[in-house]
Amino acid sequence: MLRKTVHYQITHKTHYTYSDTANLSYNEARLMPRSFARQPYKHYTPNGVLSEWGHLQQVSRSRFVVEPEPANYREREDFFGNTVCYFAIQRPHQALTITVTSRVEVQQSSTAAREVAEGATWEEVRAQLHTAQHPEILEIRQYLLDSPMIPMRLSALREYATPSFAPGRLLRDAVQDLMARLYTDFTYDPGFTTVATPLAEVLGHRRGVCQDFAHLGIGCLRAMGLAARYVSGYIETVPPPGQARLVGADASHAWFSVYFPDVARLASESLPYGAMADPSRSASTGNSGEWVDFDPTNNQMLGEQHITVAWGRDYSDVTLLKGVVFGSGTHELAVSVDCLRAQDESLWVC
Amino acid sequence: MQRSNDTDYTVIEDIYTTADASFDEMLTSGRHVNSHWRAFIAALESFGLDEMQVRHREVRRLLRENGVTYVVHGEERGHRPWELDPIPLILSHSDWEVISAGLTQRAELLNLVLADLYGERRLIKEGVLPPEVVYAHAGFLRGCDGIAAGRSLLLMYAADLARGSDGRMWVLSDRTQAPSGAGYALENRTALARVMPNLFGDVGVHRLSFFFRALQNGLSEIAPHGKANPHVVVLTPGPLNETYFEHAYLASYLGYTLVQGDDLTVWDGRVWLKSLDGLRPVDIILRRVDDVFCDPLELRQDSRLGVAGLMEAIRLGNVVVVNAPGSSVLENPGLMPFLPGIAKWFGIVPNGGSLLLPSVATWWCGQPKQLAYVLENLERLVIKTIHRKPMDAYPLFGAEMSSAARATLRERIRAEPHLYVGQEQVHFSTTPSLIAGRLEPRHATLRSFLFAQKEGYVVMPGGLTRRAAKKGALIVSSRAGGVSKDTWVLADEPEPHVSLWRQPKSGYLRPLAYDNVGNSQGLSSRSAENLFWVGRYAERAEGQARLLRIIMDTLQASPLTEGTRGGSELTYLRSLLRAVTGFSGNTDGRNASKGTTLTDELFAITLDTKQRGSLVSTLRAMVSAAYAVRDRWSTDTWRVMNNIESLCSALEKKVLEKRQDWRSAPPGNKELETRAQQDIQTEIDQLMIFLAALTGLNAESMTQTIGWLSLDMGRRIERALLLIWLCRSSLVGASDNWVEQRLLEAILAAAESLITYRGRYRAELHFPTVLELLLLDESNPRALVYQLKRLQAQIRSLPREKLGYRLSPEEQLILEALTQLQLSDTMQLAERSEKMPERQGLEKLLARLAQLLLEISDALTRTYFSHVQGPQQLVRIN
Repeated sequence: MLRKTVHYQITHKTHYTYSDTANLSYNEARLMPRSFARQPYKHYTPNGVLSEWGHLQQVSRSRFVVEPEPANYREREDFFGNTVCYFAIQRPHQALTITVTSRVEVQQSSTAAREVAEGATWEEVRAQLHTAQHPEILEIRQYLLDSPMIPMRLSALREYATPSFAPGRLLRDAVQDLMARLYTDFTYDPGFTTVATPLAEVLGHRRGVCQDFAHLGIGCLRAMGLAARYVSGYIETVPPPGQARLVGADASHAWFSVYFPDVARLASESLPYGAMADPSRSASTGNSGEWVDFDPTNNQMLGEQHITVAWGRDYSDVTLLKGVVFGSGTHELAVSVDCLRAQDESLWVC
Repeated sequence: MQRSNDTDYTVIEDIYTTADASFDEMLTSGRHVNSHWRAFIAALESFGLDEMQVRHREVRRLLRENGVTYVVHGEERGHRPWELDPIPLILSHSDWEVISAGLTQRAELLNLVLADLYGERRLIKEGVLPPEVVYAHAGFLRGCDGIAAGRSLLLMYAADLARGSDGRMWVLSDRTQAPSGAGYALENRTALARVMPNLFGDVGVHRLSFFFRALQNGLSEIAPHGKANPHVVVLTPGPLNETYFEHAYLASYLGYTLVQGDDLTVWDGRVWLKSLDGLRPVDIILRRVDDVFCDPLELRQDSRLGVAGLMEAIRLGNVVVVNAPGSSVLENPGLMPFLPGIAKWFGIVPNGGSLLLPSVATWWCGQPKQLAYVLENLERLVIKTIHRKPMDAYPLFGAEMSSAARATLRERIRAEPHLYVGQEQVHFSTTPSLIAGRLEPRHATLRSFLFAQKEGYVVMPGGLTRRAAKKGALIVSSRAGGVSKDTWVLADEPEPHVSLWRQPKSGYLRPLAYDNVGNSQGLSSRSAENLFWVGRYAERAEGQARLLRIIMDTLQASPLTEGTRGGSELTYLRSLLRAVTGFSGNTDGRNASKGTTLTDELFAITLDTKQRGSLVSTLRAMVSAAYAVRDRWSTDTWRVMNNIESLCSALEKKVLEKRQDWRSAPPGNKELETRAQQDIQTEIDQLMIFLAALTGLNAESMTQTIGWLSLDMGRRIERALLLIWLCRSSLVGASDNWVEQRLLEAILAAAESLITYRGRYRAELHFPTVLELLLLDESNPRALVYQLKRLQAQIRSLPREKLGYRLSPEEQLILEALTQLQLSDTMQLAERSEKMPERQGLEKLLARLAQLLLEISDALTRTYFSHVQGPQQLVRIN
């Protein structure tokens, strides 16, 4: 078995300075990384067997510090299972600092590869998503629909996606091709877009940032009838050779995730519509498939350098920090992110 | 036998001649009068349709005077008077039993659905409900997931019903987030009971108060932490909302506080009302604000109607919002075809059974077969989207569309089928309606209301019936000219009168209504501020009107016409005109403009709504401030307000006409000029009576709590400012003796002190003595010192933080004003010389006093009225 483990200490600092005194502020943050596990699996392709690594992210500790000290602070899980931190500040303040420090272990391993999406073409997957009555698939159907920031009625999305989705192509190859095209066709340009730039504009100008590329990828996939969601997180940056690592130079990152149903398994349990209404038959346990992540900004699959914070339908579901402030005047924002490897050499076990 | 009886009823003969094939509420299949209509028809027969028309006019007048309105967007003047057809919809006892059982069953079912959708979502996971019906619906708010776990979510429920041609009632749509109409139903009943008091007893109609009592009980049962006597507020989007009348009406009827989002704040995870004496806890919010606007932090960021942090306060269980945010997912015709299956799944309906009250036949296009059916039968169906959006064109009636429009619609449905449903176009029943003095059949629907108590749902025995304006039309909405009706559910036996006043359990009666409305607990800072401004505007209008009357008296009395007036008289008149315009703060005044005649100016000052400061604009500002605290006024007060508003419109119209006449006439036509002025004068006399009535009602009929205090402080400040301005504009400047005498007289008259002066001094007008009476005489309720003393006492009685022996800013300001005034010497103030023709000392004192009064007004606003600071978003999405 091959296993690779990296420990990170991530510090995400957000600092607001107000022009006038703020008296009251209510905030909601999705800044605490979540723990999750992905099964490793084998993937049969015409070119041979391709092993997908298992991916495990374990958050051992996450500390959320607000300055000035909030009157109320509470953590809860949202609809998607992300951790949400709510806090309110009820005294006059000129600045607000939120520092989240998390220890995260990212482990990739190749054990017990499960066979998932064996040779499934994207059309087979699409059919499965629309007809399977497995409880998990029924829940996943929401990732086929419009979401607040990704209106699929945009015919340009489908037009852009189509070349990657040739008839009979395996889903994995198609998505990888789409990711590669997004990577080559679009220019990373932080000055061009804001969080509110519509997708059509990004598509028209062929430039944007990771958030836009993730939204584009999701939009293309949904336009083809496939389930995709948005992932917010971090990526570890490696300094150019000979230069010291800059503290705080990292940034929050975003990519997309695609659902690969276990086509063979679902086919074997295929039930007529409505049959699941019998509660005794709803006991189908185990995964009906797996989410697989693609990072179109770097043209990479999920790797040891990716740290996941939260996921949802699009950015609006996982906004890092939302706030309503009373009396603040205008504000300035400074953000720094630091993904520090606890051990410099990664650990390989055979 | 029956037949011959029926034809004896002459009042219904038009029904027979005009009825179409539709099911009629009054007629049996054999076209006889249904037994449950007989008592009413017999009564109608005995007093006749002519008398009914008289009563209809009376109903109209009542509704108008009570200010029952419905705001229509994009229409000039906004408010449309509520229309009530005096012929009720009558439902038999047995019929109603079936309907109310069906409604209760449906409410219970929908409550379970709501809990599941924001809980385990087994309906989706187990394939009972297709995911898209929920996940694609704009009302499914992921932020509301688990928000009120374990609690009843659907406390208030309304359904629109219509009777099909088979005689069964069908549910057309469900209203679940903030159903409107219950208040209008109550107002309809109240108005009808006023004009036809005997009929209710004769016919035996169920009372509505029973339902509102249940609502109050239901709310008191669900208070967070089991609190007794919870503080309930009605959250309204504000006076611009189309059903604002109802929000204010219900709040006032139920004894709850009417608030807007800005009036509330979340502090320590609890909701508080910003009131004059600080924050007061709020336990229950009966909301009329839509789901997505409830919290700008977690829901729609651009909402100014909600409360930041509200969602968290709900999650913490510190406040109950009725209905819980997220409930609009049930306003979803996509659910309808699945309800029978869901009911079976929940075990509410046995296998093979069906819902007591069926939904209108609905095909959800997210399923291939249903989609095909809808696309093929478009011309026979009503097309709706699963959620309503503002400015939506839906519902669309396939039958009324061109084939090209239908083709476009087909394309749209094919592109996103899961967002559409097709519904059978029900030809619902007709009911007798009063149309131009005759009874004619009109299609009608009924909105029913339910409220959850611990032991189960209570159904309002009645509801809001709406009928179409035109024969054969099926659209009954108010926007389409539909008219409302009272709904009579016949009682089996006479029922006792249920009062909303609770009976004390022990001998001691806790003044509940006083707790909630009377003292500041129920008075938001916003309401206090509005009352303050009602006071200021009312006083200003009165002052302006009085002065205008004096000017017109002068003009009438003078034998001269426009061009021939002498210099002195012109100076005098212009001084007075300056005083009128000066009230508004337009100190430069319109009178400076050359080439305009006095009469023209008079028209402008009375009428010009585009400029602040005209009489009409002052009155409109007063009515609008009063409307924002609609729940605070007694019926009588509101009638006066309505009369004032009507008078404004009349005045505007009349002045426009007269101005035309006057302008087209040759100059110097004294007769025409006089007639124009006389006409305005009559209106102004009328207005003075209404304003006096308002003052009287405010003084005598409002409990003297903090709300009244705010209003009266407004009056004092304004009265003081008016007097100051009057003196500054006419007594300071240089003028000859003739003019000065006339001005003194006019000012005494304007300050209602002329009679006092004459009675007391019986002498010619002596400047220092007049000043003394107007400024310093404490026994004169119109004197400046009187206003300031009263204001000082009022400021002292305002709630405030303890400052030790220090004075609050407003206390300091009023003390300074009073001291300055009382230290002044009227002889010195009256002085002037050849060198200094203007009375500098008087001007200096009055200017300073005016400034202090304005500062007091600002200080009060800062301390008591505006805890409100605008919110800002840290991050903007969309």
